[in-house]
Amino acid sequence: MIFPALFFYLFAVLCVGSAFMVIAARNPVHSVLFLILAFVNASGLFLLMGAEFLAMILVVVYVGAVAVLFLFVVMMLDVDFAELKQGFLQYLPVGALVAAILLAELMMVGGAWVINPAVVKAVVAPIPGNVTNTEALGLVLYTRYIHYFQLAGIVLLVAMIGAIVLTLRHKPNIKRQSIPDQVARTKATAMEVRKVASGQGLKETAQ
Amino acid sequence: MGFEIAGYSLLPVVPELVLAVGAMALLMIGAYRGDRVTGLVTGLAVFLVVIAAALVLWLPPGRLVTFNGSFIVDDFARFMKILTLTGSAVTLLFSRGFVAAATRRMFEFAILILLSTVGMMVLISAGDLISLYLGLELMSLALYVVAASQRDNLKSTEAGLKYFVLGALSSGMLLYGASLIYGFTGTVSFAGIAAAAKSGSLGLVFGLVFLLAGLCFKVSAVPFHMWTPDVYEGAPTPVTAFFASAPKVAALAVFVRATMTAFPGITQEWQQIVVFVAIASMALGAFAGIGQRNIKRLMAYSSIGHMGFALVGLAAGTPEGTQGVLVYIAIYLTMTLGAFAVILALSRHGEAVETISDFAGLSRTNPLLAFFMAMLLFSLAGVPPLAGFFAKFYVFLAAMKAGLFTLAVLGVLSSVIGAYYYLVIIKVMYFDEPIGAMEPARGELRAVLAVTGLFNMLFFVYPAPLIDVATLAAKSLF
Repeated sequence: MIFPALFFYLFAVLCVGSAFMVIAARNPVHSVLFLILAFVNASGLFLLMGAEFLAMILVVVYVGAVAVLFLFVVMMLDVDFAELKQGFLQYLPVGALVAAILLAELMMVGGAWVINPAVVKAVVAPIPGNVTNTEALGLVLYTRYIHYFQLAGIVLLVAMIGAIVLTLRHKPNIKRQSIPDQVARTKATAMEVRKVASGQGLKETAQ
Repeated sequence: MGFEIAGYSLLPVVPELVLAVGAMALLMIGAYRGDRVTGLVTGLAVFLVVIAAALVLWLPPGRLVTFNGSFIVDDFARFMKILTLTGSAVTLLFSRGFVAAATRRMFEFAILILLSTVGMMVLISAGDLISLYLGLELMSLALYVVAASQRDNLKSTEAGLKYFVLGALSSGMLLYGASLIYGFTGTVSFAGIAAAAKSGSLGLVFGLVFLLAGLCFKVSAVPFHMWTPDVYEGAPTPVTAFFASAPKVAALAVFVRATMTAFPGITQEWQQIVVFVAIASMALGAFAGIGQRNIKRLMAYSSIGHMGFALVGLAAGTPEGTQGVLVYIAIYLTMTLGAFAVILALSRHGEAVETISDFAGLSRTNPLLAFFMAMLLFSLAGVPPLAGFFAKFYVFLAAMKAGLFTLAVLGVLSSVIGAYYYLVIIKVMYFDEPIGAMEPARGELRAVLAVTGLFNMLFFVYPAPLIDVATLAAKSLF
């Protein structure tokens, strides 16, 4: 069939093109929008490979959460992106040269690549034939790969502790709500009854 | 036995489990009690690390494997884990003085070091590429945070950010290499790669190069060393002591394990890379250290050079070479921790000082401190009969036996050049005019200095225990 090939090239070209626009766009908001386009096309590529779970996760997590967060950050923070990009053109030739050499070398490697028949047999956890790959992941994630799963959890815990350590500041002079204090107030501590002589007012206000 | 999960025995991971769960319990104590309990949390953290070390020794002997071969406990892992835990425990002791000051109270510091240590232990026991990567990230992520932990200090935040950005780049390279290796062999486990990569192919070598680049970054070997001096200088001094000790041991351990167990079929290919990296690191460590004024930057270049010497043993690619690496890293750990105990002890009028000229006349104001520092510096330089000499002796001997004569000769030459800057500090301590008395050092610093100093001085009297254990550990990889 020609359709899978056509869609592959469509998604691949759009993905690479929008990835380039992410770094080339002048307006940071446009950059983020191009990033979303790149994510969606990458998820299309995953679909073509039959990895529908990864495709959907890419859309849900990266487009739905990460990219939107980026948009917020770009819009909320007053970062002068034009200034940050000052050196971009200056470094472009060297960067492009390195990238071109790397690409050429990779193509040499890819050209020599013949799939070893032993490799196909060596797959550690092949996808069972009659289940979707979401189900197949679920079957091994908490059993066979429990070690990795728990370790990834600890990595995320460290990320959370790190974010709190580096950003949380307890400022001493801020008024905070203290529910125990509020509940502990009684009539005696909270109000005061005074006799006010007419036409004179109070000498000093309470508290 | 019910001591298993999803059919895998949990016995080999008991030390890691105790450390991780203990760290979370301490986190709860800290979260409920606030920064007042910093001293208590740090003390308990030291206790936990000691328990974990005891558990590592308590595990039944021999080779224990669990989680489908992704977690291996053998004599090599035991040796490296004990060294790593020693480094972490001593660093936590060092940090007690640092976090005691009211403005720097931070209970998370000890917890991050504990979790980083869990990552190192996973890294040392890694039997495949995924647990290698997860262990590496767990270790590094905590390190980025502790480097930036003095967030109001410009240099500290710069150090954290620089380390983070470059570390992310190196992780990317490592992952790319891992994916190439997986693509060309069809497996992530080291044993499987070794079986599939008997002949070796261009693609596999490509992946290997990227994998080694990522690992070289973690051991700060040239040409991936750029971050080291700035991060060492900017980070708080106890953190620098940590960077120079435990993570180096863990990263070197996984370097050795990955090359020896996953790529024994293509030794020729990785040997070239390791030889180049070793020569470049030794040379840069020797020359770039000469112009330094700041003792922490000097220690950074010193550690780059020492990693080069340790890699000489790996380049040999033989059991003797591996034994040399193990002896080297053990002795390097004691020398570095001792030197950092002195650097931490230096303070005048309540301010920590860290330039080399501040050592002036230390022999008259603090004769004992100066004497131990001089011995440690001689050991770092590799002057016989101190321990540092034997460390270098074993790696060079292994390189000669493997026929790498050029490498050994270049190593000896750079060792001689590198001795210059260690001798400069000794000259400043013994022959310059004193510039005012130092404040008395804290008890734990003196204890660490005494133990490491005596170890380095008296190692030659009875070196057999360390050499024997290292030989056993090296054998378990082959």
